[in-house]
Amino acid sequence: MRIVVLVKPVPDPASAGERLGPDDRLDRTAVPAVVNGNDEYALEAALKLVEAAGEGEITLLAMAPANAPETMRKALAMGAHRGVHVTDTALAGSCAVSTATVLAAALRDLEFDMVFAGIDSSDGVGGVVPAAVAAHLGLPYLSYAARIEPDMTAGTVRVRRISATGYDLLEAPLPVVIGGTQALGEPRYPSLKGIMAARGKEIVTRSLADLGLEGSAVGAAAATTTVLDSRMPPARGATEVVRGSAADGAARIVEFLTERRII
Amino acid sequence: MVTASTPPTYRLTEEQTLLRDAVRVIADERVAPRAAEIDRTGAFPEDLRGLLAAQDILALPFPVEHGGLGGELLSLCLAIEQLSRACATTGLILAVQELGSLPLLLAGTAEQQARWVPRLASGEQLIAFALTEADAGSDVAAIRTRAVRDGGDYLITGSKRFISQGSVADLITVFAVTDPDASRHGRMSCFVVEVPTDGFAVTRIEHKMGLRGSPTAELAFDGVRVPAANRIGAEGDGFDLAMRTFDRSRPGIAAQAVGIAQGALEAATAYARDRRQFGKRIGDFQMVAALLADMDAATEAARQLLYTACVEIDAGAPDASRWSALCKLVAGDAAMRVTTDAVQVLGGYGYIDEFPVERMMRDAKITQLYEGTQQIQRLVVARALLGKDG
Repeated sequence: MRIVVLVKPVPDPASAGERLGPDDRLDRTAVPAVVNGNDEYALEAALKLVEAAGEGEITLLAMAPANAPETMRKALAMGAHRGVHVTDTALAGSCAVSTATVLAAALRDLEFDMVFAGIDSSDGVGGVVPAAVAAHLGLPYLSYAARIEPDMTAGTVRVRRISATGYDLLEAPLPVVIGGTQALGEPRYPSLKGIMAARGKEIVTRSLADLGLEGSAVGAAAATTTVLDSRMPPARGATEVVRGSAADGAARIVEFLTERRII
Repeated sequence: MVTASTPPTYRLTEEQTLLRDAVRVIADERVAPRAAEIDRTGAFPEDLRGLLAAQDILALPFPVEHGGLGGELLSLCLAIEQLSRACATTGLILAVQELGSLPLLLAGTAEQQARWVPRLASGEQLIAFALTEADAGSDVAAIRTRAVRDGGDYLITGSKRFISQGSVADLITVFAVTDPDASRHGRMSCFVVEVPTDGFAVTRIEHKMGLRGSPTAELAFDGVRVPAANRIGAEGDGFDLAMRTFDRSRPGIAAQAVGIAQGALEAATAYARDRRQFGKRIGDFQMVAALLADMDAATEAARQLLYTACVEIDAGAPDASRWSALCKLVAGDAAMRVTTDAVQVLGGYGYIDEFPVERMMRDAKITQLYEGTQQIQRLVVARALLGKDG
């Protein structure tokens, strides 16, 4: 079983220092980067599948600035086997379309049964890259996965897709691209053995030229989206904290919601 | 501000951060809830020894080729710090596993390492370090335990005191005089003794002020027969080996001290935030706020010196002894002061066992005493500054 997990370094949401630079792009030096939370859930699902199968290889794929290997280290410590890091100065300012083009090109050089990705990223929150990658490669895209059940003998995979009313069952022939949700299960914290074993794992660096792509076709110059303006969200109003016993608290909350005709 | 050009030495790497946080989670979830009980009963926490083994924490100081994780000194100290933040007794399990193994790791042959290290790395076996005697503490060269050659063996006779985990260890690294007529620093040699064995006995367990779950034993050796293959290094190398061991083990005690201080700072801060007197949080009174700020400054200063010392020692700095002594000196004193002030912040509640700070204060004291008193650390530093007379 060969699984590629798309991982995106994003500003650490816990640091709360995320900000835009003067060029209206994310200032990536402002706060430390971490692997996008939803991607970690996708990786956890991949690790569990490979562990259950007793065989398999998990490759991380990231398109990111030069310091990404440091961020990818945690994902290797969790148990991924190796990493591919696509980096090139010409990629700065890439839009989602360019990102998908580049990731798809990198995937063409890799052998895989499934590609996993978090359903969206905590910085851009676009949620379109996994679908666009699937479209580029002409592969089925199974989104909002809450459970992933491959049948390697039959060469198929079944996915529970979260829907508004419950879940849908999707089935597709391998290879596929799957967008995973947090319903896949909490990512593990790396073990000490995993952390130290990650030292010996390789992260291969690929440039645009390695992928056969022109710098002018991607990056800021080719971006299909532009940031025109940005504003901080309005400050939240006063917070009312309800204290007391569970029964009193519940009664107060019901009263509060009723007053506002929310319930 | 940290930029891309900041030298990597001054920040933990991603790997070190991961490792620290992994141990912190284990310490918070599994170790901290046991700390008060360990202190109250004084029983060695076999369950936590098993936990450290199962989580590969005991494997950190050992080389990969013998089943260890190949951690650097800083990685090891990050783990000791996090464990000690929750429970100093548990932090010491890891520190002593390193201390006892260091002679073997520094001077043992490949055969000796292959023989003993795998079971130490797995945590199946514990090892203790037996140098101190009743009349040879700071004056290490004054030990009287003898090892007399008998054909292919040595017979060890004497008594060791204040041996951490001496009663629960499977292997004991023993220093004994092999040539009483040699120079002061050429008299002793180092041996690994597998116990139990004929002639070996644990003759006393000390009743201590702190670290109460960590058994401190008096050990008797009455003609204990040890094959020459168990001697670590050459005859007469013992003193030098002990000193080289301390260069690498004292940072472990500094890490224990930083961990204890951090634990006390966190407990005091939480209390100062919750406790209200005169209608406001006591932390908002300047006198309490100043205590907390000074505690944080002392702890962080000790931590940064420790981390730098680890990197310098691992890099082979010629003044490793100085770095090692500096970090234990500063961290031990910081731990004592910070825990004492933590008790002050909590007032009467700090003096009772309903809160952890009185235990931390008792535990902190030992870090000013063992692996060389603070006075010995100052001696080491001053000698490094002054050099030899003539």
